[in-house]
Amino acid sequence: MGFAKIAFGLVHLVPLLPLLGAMINGFLTYSGRKVPKGFTAFVACGSLFLAFLISVGTFLYVSGLPEESRELTVTLFPWIDSGSFKADVAFLIDPLSITLMLVVTGVGSLIHLYSVGYMSHDESFSRYFTYLNLFCFAMLTLIMGANVPMMFIGWEGVGLCSYLLIGFWFTDKEKATAGMKAFVVNRIGDFAFIVGFLLLYWTLQSSGAATVTFTEMRDAAPMLAGKTWNGVPVVMLVTLLFFVGATGKSAQIPLYVWLPDAMAGPTPVSALIHAATMVTAGVYMIGRTSFLYSMAPETRMIVSTIGFATAIFSALIAFAQNDIKKVLAYSTVSQLGFMFGAMGTGAYHAGIFHLVTHAFFKACLFLGSGSVIHAMGGEQDIQKMGGLRKYMPVTYKTFLIATLAIAGIFPLAGFFSKDEILWQTFNHYPWLWVVGVVSAAGTAIYMFRMVTLTFFGECRADEHTKHHLHESPASMTIPLVVLAALSIAGGFLGVPDSLGHLIGWEHSNLLEHWLEPVFVMPREHAMASHSTEYGLMAFSLAVAIVGCYAGYVLFSKRKDIPAALVARFPAIHRAMQNKFYVDEIYQFLFVNNLLRLNNFLAKFDLKVVDGIVNLVGFLTKVSAYISGAFDRIFVDGLVNLVGNAARWGGSALRRVQSGQIQTYLYYAVGGVLLVMLYRLL
Amino acid sequence: MPSLQDLAFLGISAFTLASAAGVAFSRKVLYSAFSLLGTFAGAAGLFVLLSSDFIAVTQVLIYVGGILVLIVFAVMLTNKIGDVKLSNQSVNYKVAVPFAAAIAILLISILTSGMWVQKDEAYTSMIVPIGNALLQDYLLPFEIVSIVLLGALVGAMVIVRREVK
Amino acid sequence: MVSLNSYLVVTAILFALGLYNVMTRKNAVGLLMGVELILNAASINFVAFSHFNGNHVGGNVFSLFLIVLAAAEAAVALAIVVSLYKQFGTINADEADSLKG
Repeated sequence: MGFAKIAFGLVHLVPLLPLLGAMINGFLTYSGRKVPKGFTAFVACGSLFLAFLISVGTFLYVSGLPEESRELTVTLFPWIDSGSFKADVAFLIDPLSITLMLVVTGVGSLIHLYSVGYMSHDESFSRYFTYLNLFCFAMLTLIMGANVPMMFIGWEGVGLCSYLLIGFWFTDKEKATAGMKAFVVNRIGDFAFIVGFLLLYWTLQSSGAATVTFTEMRDAAPMLAGKTWNGVPVVMLVTLLFFVGATGKSAQIPLYVWLPDAMAGPTPVSALIHAATMVTAGVYMIGRTSFLYSMAPETRMIVSTIGFATAIFSALIAFAQNDIKKVLAYSTVSQLGFMFGAMGTGAYHAGIFHLVTHAFFKACLFLGSGSVIHAMGGEQDIQKMGGLRKYMPVTYKTFLIATLAIAGIFPLAGFFSKDEILWQTFNHYPWLWVVGVVSAAGTAIYMFRMVTLTFFGECRADEHTKHHLHESPASMTIPLVVLAALSIAGGFLGVPDSLGHLIGWEHSNLLEHWLEPVFVMPREHAMASHSTEYGLMAFSLAVAIVGCYAGYVLFSKRKDIPAALVARFPAIHRAMQNKFYVDEIYQFLFVNNLLRLNNFLAKFDLKVVDGIVNLVGFLTKVSAYISGAFDRIFVDGLVNLVGNAARWGGSALRRVQSGQIQTYLYYAVGGVLLVMLYRLL
Repeated sequence: MPSLQDLAFLGISAFTLASAAGVAFSRKVLYSAFSLLGTFAGAAGLFVLLSSDFIAVTQVLIYVGGILVLIVFAVMLTNKIGDVKLSNQSVNYKVAVPFAAAIAILLISILTSGMWVQKDEAYTSMIVPIGNALLQDYLLPFEIVSIVLLGALVGAMVIVRREVK
Repeated sequence: MVSLNSYLVVTAILFALGLYNVMTRKNAVGLLMGVELILNAASINFVAFSHFNGNHVGGNVFSLFLIVLAAAEAAVALAIVVSLYKQFGTINADEADSLKG
C-alpha cells in the first residue's frame, strides 16, 4: 500500500516524465552535441518506464478505494480563468484513464525498448526519441486531462507528433507528403471537435452550468435534454461533431485515408501511434463523453454504422494489399471500426476492452513486421517474402500468436473482446452484427494470407537478402515476447460473465466492472438469453477458425483459387488493390477544388486584400500628415506662444531689477505715496 | 509775544533744517559730513526742548562722537589721499525733488490733520524714569539690543577684515 | 505757542531732506548720511509724541534704541562700504549693480 500511495502522490509525473525526457533529448539534439546513443535511449525508455511504474502504483491505489470514490482530480495549477470559462491544468484519475495510462505507458515502454534496436543505425536517433517521448506526453495528457481544453492540448499534441514521426525521414518527399496528409486530414476532425466543444460549452453556459471539466459536465448533462439548436437536439449535434473529430483521429470513414499513408514512418511509430494508442483516442473520447452519447441514440446508431462500414470496407481493401505494413494499417482501420461499433451500441466497456487487447496484439504485429522488414533490409512486399519462420523463429511465433488473437481464436485476447462487441451489436443492431461477422471472417482470412505469404512456403527473396536474414536482437524480441504473452492473457480481463459463470467464476468480466463507475449507460436494453450468447460465440469462433484455415490454404496450397478469382473479376481486384480509388476521388472532389479555391484566395489576397491594406496604409499616411501639420502649426504654435510670452514678460520685467538701490527706493517711495494719496482722498 | 521757548524752538529747528539742507545739497562729501554735525547738534537741541535731557546727551555722544567720526573715517578710507575731488554729486534730482516734496507735503498734511491727544508739557528730568524703564519694562528689548550691537560689531569686523589664507 | 504740530512739521521736512539725499547721492557714504537724517527725524518724532503725552517714558526708550540701532547700522554699513570699495574700486552706488536683472 505504501508504494501505491506514494505512486498516486506522483501521478502528475506520469505525463511530465516523458516531457522531461523529450526536453532533455530535444535540447541535446538541438545543441548538436555528440551524445552516446545509450544515454539517449536510457533517458527515453527510463522516463516512460518510470511513468509506467507510477501508473501501476496508481492503479493499485485506486483499485484499493471503494468503487464510488474512484474518481480523483489532481489539480496542478489554474490555467485559463476568463469569466465563466475556468480550466485548470488538472488530471482526472479514474478507472478509464488508469486503464489507458497503463496501456500507453506499458506498451509505450516496450515499443521504446524495441526502437532502441530498430533505430540503432539511424542518424537521427535522438530526434526520434525526442518525438516519441513528446508523443507519450501528449497522449497521456489527452488521457488524463480533467477537462476538454486539456484533452484538446493532448489531442493536438498527438497530431503534431504523429505528423513529425510520419515525416520522420522527411528527405523522402513521399514520406513528408504522407505526414502532411495525416496532419491536414486530422485538421478536419479537430475542427469539428472544437466546434462541438464550443457548442457544448455554449449550451451548458446558457443553462447556467458553465464548465469544461468532464465530471462537472457529466453532472450537468441531464440539463441538456430537450435543448435544441435550430431544431436539432444539441446533444445529437455535439456528439456528431465529436464523432467527426474521432473519425479524423481514429481513421474512420470518411477520414481514414491518412492512416495507410502514415505507414511511411518508422515501424515502431506505426505500432505505437498508428495502432496502439493515438488512433484509439477517438474511442477513448467517446468513452469519456459517454454521458453525452448515452443521451443521443441516433448518434450512437450512426457511430455503429460508420464503425462497421469501416470495418468491412478496410477489410476488403486489406485483401489486395501486398505491403506488409499496409495490410496491418487497413487491419487497424478495420479493428478501430469494431471499436466504434461497440461504442455505438452503448457498451462502452466493450470498445475499451477491444482497444486494450488490440493495443497488445496490433503492437505485437507491427513490431513483428518491423522485425521482418529489419531482417529483409527494408523490403516490405509480402510477395517477395516467404519461409521466414526458419530464419526468425521468435518473430514468427509471436507474430502467429498475435494473428490468432486478432482473428479471434479462443482463448486469445481478440476472441473475448471481439466477441463482446459482436454480442452487444447483436442485441442492438442485428443487421450490423452480420456485417461484423463478415468483417471478422475477412480479418481472419487476410491476416492468414499475410502470415502465410510471409512465413510459410519457399523464400522468394533474392540471394543477397536471403544471405542476411537473421533473427532480430534481444531489445527487439523481448518486447515481442511480452506483447505476445499479453495477447494471450489480455482476454481474461474481460471474460464474459456468462462464460465465467460456467466455471464458477462470478463477475468474471473484470474490465467491465472496473470501468462501470465511469460510464453513464444508456437505457437498459433487452439482452438475448445466455444460450443465444453461447451459440453466437460458437458461431463466431467457427467463422474465425474457418477463416484462418481458408487464409492458410488459399495462399499456400490452392493458390489457383485466388488467381482464378482475380482472373474472373479483374475490375474488382484492381479496385481493391487501388483502395477503391478513394484517394483519387478525394483528390478529384476535394483536394483539386480546394487547391483551386486556394489559388483563387491567394489571388484575391494579393489583389483585393493587399489593395485594401495598402489603401488603408495610404489613408493613414495622409491623415498622419494632416495631423502632423496641425501639430506643428497649431499645437506647437500654442506651446511656443506660452513659452515666448513668459520670455517676453521676463525680459520686460527684468528691467525693473536694475541692481541700483535708488531705483528700488523710488518704487518704495512711490508705493508709500500711493498709500498716502489713497488715505487722503 | 513769542516766549523764549518759542524763539529757541524756531532758532534750533531753523538751524537743524538748514544744516540738513546742507547735507542734502552740498557738492562735496566732506561738506556734507560737516553739515551733518550741525544737524545732529540741532536734533540734540530739539531733544532738550522736549525735556529729554538724557536722549540729548546720548545723541551728542553717539552721533557726534561716534557715528560722525565713523563717517568721516569712511570718507577718508574710500578716497585716495590727495584726491582733491571728493565729489558728492547728485543724480536724478529732477525726479527726486518732486518725490521728496510730495512726501513732505503729504506727511505734513496728514500729521497736522491728526487730532493728537495732548497732556501737560511739564519739564522734568527723564533720566530716572528711563533708567527704571530700561531695567523693568524694557529689559528684554534692552538685552536684545545689546546682542544686536555686539553682532553688528563682530559683523563689521568680519566684513572688512583681510582674507587670511 | 510751540505745539506738537510744529515738531511734526520740522521732522517731516527733516525726513524729506533725508529722503532726497538718499535718492540722489551717488556716493554710498553720502547716501548713509541721508539715512542718518531720516533716523534723526524719526527719533525726534518719538520724543515729541512722548513729551506731549505727559513725558511718557516709552518714546524716550524707543529713541534710545533707535540711536543704538543707528550706531550698529552705521558700523555695518560703513564696513560694507569699505569692502565695496575694495571689491569694485569705487563707492558709487550706481556702479555696484551686480544684481542687475
